[in-house]
Amino acid sequence: MKNKHVNAVVIGAGAGGGVAAKELAFAGLSVVLFERGGWATYNDHDDDELISQRITVLGNAFGPDDIRHPRVAVNSDGSTQVLRASQGEYSNNAACVGSGTVSYGAMGWRFMEKDFKMKSTYGHVEGSTLDDWPITYHDLEPYYEKAEWEIGVSGKSGANPFEAPRKKEYPMPPFAYNKSANLLADAAIKLGLHPFPIPMLRNSVSYDGRPACYRMRSCVGFACPVNAKNGTHNTVIPRAIATGNCELRTNCQVAEIIIDEKGRATGVKYFDENNRGRIQKADIVIVAGAAIETARLLLNSKSNLFPDGAGNNNDWVGRNLQGHAYTGAFGLMNYDVYDDVGPGATLALSDFNHYNPGIVGGGVLCNEFTPMPYHFSKIRPPGAKRWGAEHKDFQRNQFKKLIQLIGPFQEIPNFESRVTVDTGIKDYWGIPVARLSGTRHNYDLTGCKFMSERAEEILKAAGAVYTWQSVGGRGRSGGQHQSGTARMGNDPKTSVTNRYGQVHDIDNLFIADGSLHVTNGGFNPVLTIMALGYWVSDYIIKNWNGSKFR
Amino acid sequence: MRTNRREFLYHLSLSCGSILLIPACAGNDSEWRFFSNEEARIIIAFAEQIIPSDNDPGATEANVVNFIDKQLTGPYARHRNEYRLGISGIVSSSEAVYNKYFCDLDRDTQRDFMEQMESGKLPEEFWKEINQRTFFNMLLDHSMQGFYGSPRHGGNKNYASYKMMKLDYPHVIGQNRYVSKCATEKLRDT
Ligand SMILES: Cc1cc2nc3c(=O)[nH]c(=O)nc-3n(C[C@H](O)[C@H](O)[C@H](O)COP(=O)(O)OP(=O)(O)OC[C@H]3O[C@@H](n4cnc5c(N)ncnc54)[C@H](O)[C@@H]3O)c2cc1C
Repeated sequence: MKNKHVNAVVIGAGAGGGVAAKELAFAGLSVVLFERGGWATYNDHDDDELISQRITVLGNAFGPDDIRHPRVAVNSDGSTQVLRASQGEYSNNAACVGSGTVSYGAMGWRFMEKDFKMKSTYGHVEGSTLDDWPITYHDLEPYYEKAEWEIGVSGKSGANPFEAPRKKEYPMPPFAYNKSANLLADAAIKLGLHPFPIPMLRNSVSYDGRPACYRMRSCVGFACPVNAKNGTHNTVIPRAIATGNCELRTNCQVAEIIIDEKGRATGVKYFDENNRGRIQKADIVIVAGAAIETARLLLNSKSNLFPDGAGNNNDWVGRNLQGHAYTGAFGLMNYDVYDDVGPGATLALSDFNHYNPGIVGGGVLCNEFTPMPYHFSKIRPPGAKRWGAEHKDFQRNQFKKLIQLIGPFQEIPNFESRVTVDTGIKDYWGIPVARLSGTRHNYDLTGCKFMSERAEEILKAAGAVYTWQSVGGRGRSGGQHQSGTARMGNDPKTSVTNRYGQVHDIDNLFIADGSLHVTNGGFNPVLTIMALGYWVSDYIIKNWNGSKFR
Repeated sequence: MRTNRREFLYHLSLSCGSILLIPACAGNDSEWRFFSNEEARIIIAFAEQIIPSDNDPGATEANVVNFIDKQLTGPYARHRNEYRLGISGIVSSSEAVYNKYFCDLDRDTQRDFMEQMESGKLPEEFWKEINQRTFFNMLLDHSMQGFYGSPRHGGNKNYASYKMMKLDYPHVIGQNRYVSKCATEKLRDT
């Protein structure tokens, strides 16, 4: 049976795609929202640490599966390896309705003004593609606000003196500090720093007909058993469907965007839930498959006018793959700080996001999520026993004494950290898979060292009797915070889309996910991606004349 | 090493079903899904060194070997060959260095042996097909998973490790239901 032509196809029911589908459906467009995964619930894997979205030794709890979705990585020596989806190097986020927003830690950050102006703030960094965004924080501010209110963030305006100006208070009050946050707050204040509660995409009070968070220790990596964590799966996507204008098609793998001889997108080829190849025609195509899969899809969409993939005539698709180098320090107190007030991360310090002498950028530091027992078995000071009586003793006696301060360092983008497609390796449906190559910019290690030193100082000031640094910043980028592979920009020669996420030279093809990021901020990225979902959709709606685009 | 008769019987009864399902694995007289009885003994001894019993249960009581055995017929089927090669590496190295079967070494000697293996110091001739450190790290990691992971996968019996770490389970304050059916009775298919 042939599919009915619709106004818009959205590929990927994650952070950006979920928002876009809702906005377009509310504006009266007929929408088909494609998702390669299905609906996920807490009961699928409950709080099973070994199959979560954080520890994936027995598989990805929220997709994709290990069998049908391989990727290829190019090692530093030039050799390649085929990766399973649950391997760390795979750089997974998720594949289900809501994607990472089902199982995320739910930190809901706005970037800072300078995060949109990295090049004018810091100048050129050798070997990097560091640049300014074509939009400013102030362009995005109303859309951040919309994301905070429609999806739901708990926080306190003004609590962070470094936050960018905001017009409206958060919709819910902030979460109370747990014990380690209280200790760190006191220490930080003594050091002249400015601690504040992390804004969270979780309900501190009941909101939108769903209950308040009851502060389980397991949260990040898991779905919420009481539906108090706010993702696109329990907010914008159900609302989009409720309009009657949006059809969600789960377990459908989109293979290609069809581009006609005039250079317009006419729809997509996809494999439906029974693995049958099908076509969905549309007036507008919006790609929101997350940075790696979005790049892969564009690169796999070859046409006469775009022989190297949609929007790739200048070879920028798949470039500048970024994520976040996680860095910080661990400490041990000589008394219990664990108070079972989950999920652990409540306090942040934004003192080191910018203005660090001699450092380009920086990042936020947080008191981090409670590690689960197996994860904790790997958290040890350098030189500590990895097994045996001593290891077990540490596990038993130090778990509740652990104090952490960790955060994402803003990576310096580089052209060679990239996604291409591997024509040799195909997925279950015969589609060439994503191939990851390059590494982080050398600079990231410098920045991470700086951050970890600051973190360790603060832990010491909080009374930790033993501390050690955990320094990130090496190796390949990407991961759960993947971004940057279809950068927005004013110059078509050095970007993939214009400032509205519209692919250069293909007027009815848009990107609405983390791929658009020019730089990735020193914060977890999801609220910015949601805001971009609103921003891109707003432009589409304003330029839609009721039956035709433009 | 402690052995528990009830556990033994449990494995026996379980073996019937699993042998039918996976005839190629364990051999007909094995009480395990993948391991032969002898292989299992070696893994049990090894895991007990990784997480030894003290005031709290160790790997044996928490049924870590059951976790590994179960995973080797599931997601870890890809590691079967490494286990076969690694176990025979352990047996041959122990015979060569101590002139004894690994399971018959006393505890301290077992530990010395494992420390050598961890730092790659066992005679290389027995580790041509699999790197001794690679196998050590794999066994270390799988043992930790079996001890500290969710009981639904066949290890961490009765939430032994959660209890040890004084982590309430389930996470409803004031309630502890540490007894898990999964580990002791019918295994949940994953
Ligand atoms: C455990 C975990 C913790 C996290 N914690 C935080 C946090 O605290 N704060 C924060 O800001 N961020 C966090 N994140 C990251 C956050 O989830 C991502 O940044 C965000 O979801 C990315 O948005 P996106 O729209 O770019 O892509 P996604 O949300 O990943 O959406 C992409 C969707 O597209 C689908 N898709 C891709 N290709 C195709 C195709 N060809 N056909 C059909 N469907 C396709 C995918 O299956 C997926 O569902 C976390 C993520 C995880 C996994």
